[in-house]
Amino acid sequence: MKTASRLERVFDEGHFAVTTECGPPRGSDPEVIRKKGELLRGSVDAINVTDNQTSVVRMASIASCAILKEMGLEPIVQMVTRDRNRISLQSDILGAAGLGLNAILCLSGDHQTFGDDPDAKNVFDIDSIQLIELVKMMRDEGKFPSGKEIQGPPNLFIGAACNPFAEPFEIRPIRLAKKVDAGVQFIQTQCIYNLDRFEKFMDEVRKLGLHEQVKILAGVTPLKSAGMAKFMKKNVAGMDIPDDVIQRMADTPKEEQAAKGIEICVESIERLRKVEGVAGAHIMAIEWEKMVPVIAEKAGLLPRPDISVPSD
Amino acid sequence: MILKAFEKGADGVMVVGCLEGDCHYLSGNLRARARVGRVADVLDTIGMGGERVAMYNLSAGEGNKFALFATEMVDKIRSLGPSPVNVARKSRKQAPAQEEK
Amino acid sequence: MIMGEQKPLEVILGMLAPYDKIVLAGCHGCVTVCRAGGAKEVEILASSLRLAREAEGRPLEIKEVTLERQCDPEYLEPMRPYLEDYQAVLSIACGAGIQFVAEKYTSTVVLPGLDTTFIGVTEKQGLWVERCQACGDCVLHLTGGICPVARCSKSLFNGPCGGTTTDGRCEVDKEIPCGWMMIIERLRSLNQLENYRKNLPMKSWKTSRDGGPRRIAREDLME
Repeated sequence: MKTASRLERVFDEGHFAVTTECGPPRGSDPEVIRKKGELLRGSVDAINVTDNQTSVVRMASIASCAILKEMGLEPIVQMVTRDRNRISLQSDILGAAGLGLNAILCLSGDHQTFGDDPDAKNVFDIDSIQLIELVKMMRDEGKFPSGKEIQGPPNLFIGAACNPFAEPFEIRPIRLAKKVDAGVQFIQTQCIYNLDRFEKFMDEVRKLGLHEQVKILAGVTPLKSAGMAKFMKKNVAGMDIPDDVIQRMADTPKEEQAAKGIEICVESIERLRKVEGVAGAHIMAIEWEKMVPVIAEKAGLLPRPDISVPSD
Repeated sequence: MILKAFEKGADGVMVVGCLEGDCHYLSGNLRARARVGRVADVLDTIGMGGERVAMYNLSAGEGNKFALFATEMVDKIRSLGPSPVNVARKSRKQAPAQEEK
Repeated sequence: MIMGEQKPLEVILGMLAPYDKIVLAGCHGCVTVCRAGGAKEVEILASSLRLAREAEGRPLEIKEVTLERQCDPEYLEPMRPYLEDYQAVLSIACGAGIQFVAEKYTSTVVLPGLDTTFIGVTEKQGLWVERCQACGDCVLHLTGGICPVARCSKSLFNGPCGGTTTDGRCEVDKEIPCGWMMIIERLRSLNQLENYRKNLPMKSWKTSRDGGPRRIAREDLME
């Protein structure tokens, strides 16, 4: 069954898709999210809204998505299992669909140790793969896990994340296969800086035939500075930034490093686009949303296809 | 037990073990040092002062050194004065009428 | 076995502030093995408490006792004859033992001298590490003998998440090996990777503590 997701239409019509993400505000002002949405209008097919990423408290993803939706944009709600048990997850899945959202990204979520409230009790009643199964069951079978019938099943396009660079490297394509088994329809990867290694990962993905069962969006993040590159390499687990990338940034005068970061990002997209099985790009410009249209433009991804999504 | 010595009224305790790497009980002297460290922590926590306990290492033939260490320790404890426990005990003895119960 | 760690001395002293005559009760069970609440720890803690209180000028009388186990009713009985001569019991058994003392001696104040931490093993002398969260529904046959509930920081059933570091550690703490990395390595060496290929379904936590305090009733053993 098809959903009303613009992203799903873009894939169906054979386009190379473009998504991005934005973080909700650390407060209740809806203008923050509206401004970000306005910056992104026309440059992407859908916008992820993060769910308390790195366990730092922000406005709810669902609420932020509803604000974007009101503006006529196409949000993807991110949902982590860290903070919700299965009761709350089911309820929020229904709520997201009820607000007219069309796509969901199923995640386990960053451990609470990293955020505002390391003393919090985490939930992890289920994991990301089980969340995919849960959404799929609710949508396709019209049933709750309890077996009870749903009055008006949530028609959501189901996504998940994948980190091709975290150890154990050789298990990552198999874990992707597990997500495909669970029913995932699109994947957004961790930021890719080591393209050689990503291409090897995709070789394995193709051997398993996964690229034919799931749409894979290659994740990219423009580096703002050599310092940011070094910090991420050192402090973010599963973040593989090769030395030559860091060197290219470091060899650039400080005031031109941001432009160099954009240039590297555009180059990456151009190369990733040629990799068989890559169906789109997921541009994560962390608190730098205004650069997304610039990157999309330079990478030749504009204009975005004009998809008329049936109104719901 | 080192703490028992303090309970019995010692103002300081000096623990002497054999030379490190030369212990008949292999690592007995290293473990002793670690325990002395724990006792020092306890003494610090309860306000008696961890410096009232110290570990020295000597071989059996180092009588002069032993005397030297002992003098050093005695001098140190003298400068610290009587332990707070002994001070409290003495003041209770001097003023038995004020003691409760 | 059940692990525990003595509460900081200043915390214990704070709890004991209203009292000047207490029983300090250790346990010869698990907490003796993890060197937190056995006879030796009773002796050391009693000395420390007495010294501290003497230095304050408010001596504390302590009856030192170490019971065979505090989690079995018959081993608690020896305390009964003298208990009313004291104002409180400071127990350094695990949380189960401390509660059982309180339960058996309803009019006695019972204080915890120990924080009960986890069910684990002695990896080496002086190093104890968690292994089991007593979830009540063991899946070790599927995961190469390594528990996803206790060993993965997120208790994922289909790990590993993206937070495994290059040296196979959990991003939460470099002292924690990634549980799922261990599971996968183990399954591979046992030629059981097909176990990993199958998605494990949502777990029922009813058997874990989420179903309320648990009990095992064995009719064949009851009198």
